[in-house]
Amino acid sequence: MSAPAASDALLRMDRCTIRFGGLTAVSELDLHIGGNELVGLIGPNGAGKTTVFNLITGVYPPTEGGVYFRGETLRNQKPHQITAKGIARTFQNIRLFPSLSVFDNVRVALQLNRRGGFVQALLRGPDFHRAERQVEAEVVEILDIFRLGRFRHTMARNLPYGDQRRLEIVRALATKPRLLLLDEPAAGMNPTEKVDLMRLIQFIKEKFNISVLLVEHDMQVVMGVCQRVSVLDYGVKIAEGGPEQVRRDPKVIEAYLGDKIGAENSK
Amino acid sequence: MAYRSHIILVAAILASFVVSSYSPHLNAYYLDVAINVGVNIILAVSLNLINGYTGQFSLGHAGFMSVGAYASAAVTMYLGPRLFGERTSLLFFPALLTGGFVAALAGLAVGVPSLRLKGDYLAIVTLGFGEIIRVVFRNTEALGGALGLQGIPPYANFFWTFGFAAVTVYVVTSLVNSTYGRSFIATHDDEVAASAMGVNTTKFKIIAFVVGAFFAGIAGGLYGHFKQSINPTGFDFIKSIEIVVIVILGGMGNTLGVILSAILLTLLLEKLRDFGDYRMMLYSFLIIVIMLARPQGLFAWPLRRKEPAPKP
Repeated sequence: MSAPAASDALLRMDRCTIRFGGLTAVSELDLHIGGNELVGLIGPNGAGKTTVFNLITGVYPPTEGGVYFRGETLRNQKPHQITAKGIARTFQNIRLFPSLSVFDNVRVALQLNRRGGFVQALLRGPDFHRAERQVEAEVVEILDIFRLGRFRHTMARNLPYGDQRRLEIVRALATKPRLLLLDEPAAGMNPTEKVDLMRLIQFIKEKFNISVLLVEHDMQVVMGVCQRVSVLDYGVKIAEGGPEQVRRDPKVIEAYLGDKIGAENSK
Repeated sequence: MAYRSHIILVAAILASFVVSSYSPHLNAYYLDVAINVGVNIILAVSLNLINGYTGQFSLGHAGFMSVGAYASAAVTMYLGPRLFGERTSLLFFPALLTGGFVAALAGLAVGVPSLRLKGDYLAIVTLGFGEIIRVVFRNTEALGGALGLQGIPPYANFFWTFGFAAVTVYVVTSLVNSTYGRSFIATHDDEVAASAMGVNTTKFKIIAFVVGAFFAGIAGGLYGHFKQSINPTGFDFIKSIEIVVIVILGGMGNTLGVILSAILLTLLLEKLRDFGDYRMMLYSFLIIVIMLARPQGLFAWPLRRKEPAPKP
């Protein structure tokens, strides 16, 4: 499968470079993600994968080049503005709101699309209560889709690890994104959980009709679900293409396994 | 019950009105202590919005209080006679609001540049603000300089103090149980994650700061119009610390706990007067003991914020 033409890309990174002092973390990266596409971004530790996420979500502005979402530049946009435009993310190390319940974790994200006014919040009239009921119903709905409904009243910090990961994905989805960025969702999962996760990612893509950019370490997961894979090494894109094609790419094998072993493994 | 909070607010204001109409029969000393309690409730509950719920450590609350105290005193003492030819208690309510709004403006002026700082750094900046305000008042002759303002008309009474305490509690709990509150707590828990969920963390930090400063200003106005005199030393760093201690002992982000601890600590400070010079030493010692025994706050039982029970 080839990359979609730049014009109909949902997200387009155009020769993005970021330097921290003398270190070039990401160098002249071109990346396109089309509508309803599931793209993987892989690479060894320190290859700059998470930095790519931070570039897209506005945590760092690119030193050179630009990021475009639905044809609009994301330059000078703050993270919360970028989320409002339709890009949601999860974090490599889980970052839920520990002192909020599972229910309220999702509600914070859901209320993005319906901010009540300050005066309304103080007067607490019928409109206020109606808006609250509506958000609550939506939270219940999305929690039930992902079978987290029974944890509704649990504090987020008390959830089992796998469910915390899942809740983070649900919370990101609650912002109603067009593009979902998943940062190593399989980290710390056992093989069974990984299979579940792959199903979940597929399900999300179909059910919500969104695009997914998956940063992952775990080859099994990436190769299992992604339609297209980009490989980063030291901040440079060294390969791109379908999973099979990338898997056999000598440059990728070298980056992951080193010269010799890689050559033997590819036989 | 959708309108329970409205009913409680009205009931609390009525109750303070009824008690207030009996207050002339009260021992003046008890009344004085009661007003101190009320003022401290307003201060602590509003500071809890900033420090507890939103997680921005501010040490400048006494500064905002002094701004409100001077501004409202200026209205009743100087503006009143100019407008009406005499001092009139009709001006008291507008004067309090003026104090609140001027303090809120000060909150905005301090908050916008400094809220990008976190934790200890923010604490130091707000501490610095409080000291600057104090020095400014001490050196402004029009506001009495180091002597402060004397002869402020005694308009504040039980009704005004506890009426406003009820309003403060109502406003803070209403905000906390709305989209605002969830955003405050999300900002407190994890700023990076909050902004990734579309929460404009800067905006919510400033809102918390400005609302908190507003009520500190109101508290200052009430204090001034009860004690009838204010001076810069009364609003020093120690006063800010006193409010922070109330909030921490009550439990950060626990409005009910903070109200109880405001009552308890104010009464405790009064009781300890029997020990003369050892008063502050005993007070500090008790705080250390309480903190060691209950670091989560004296009144931190697991009731936090109620969950809604959504209909199926």
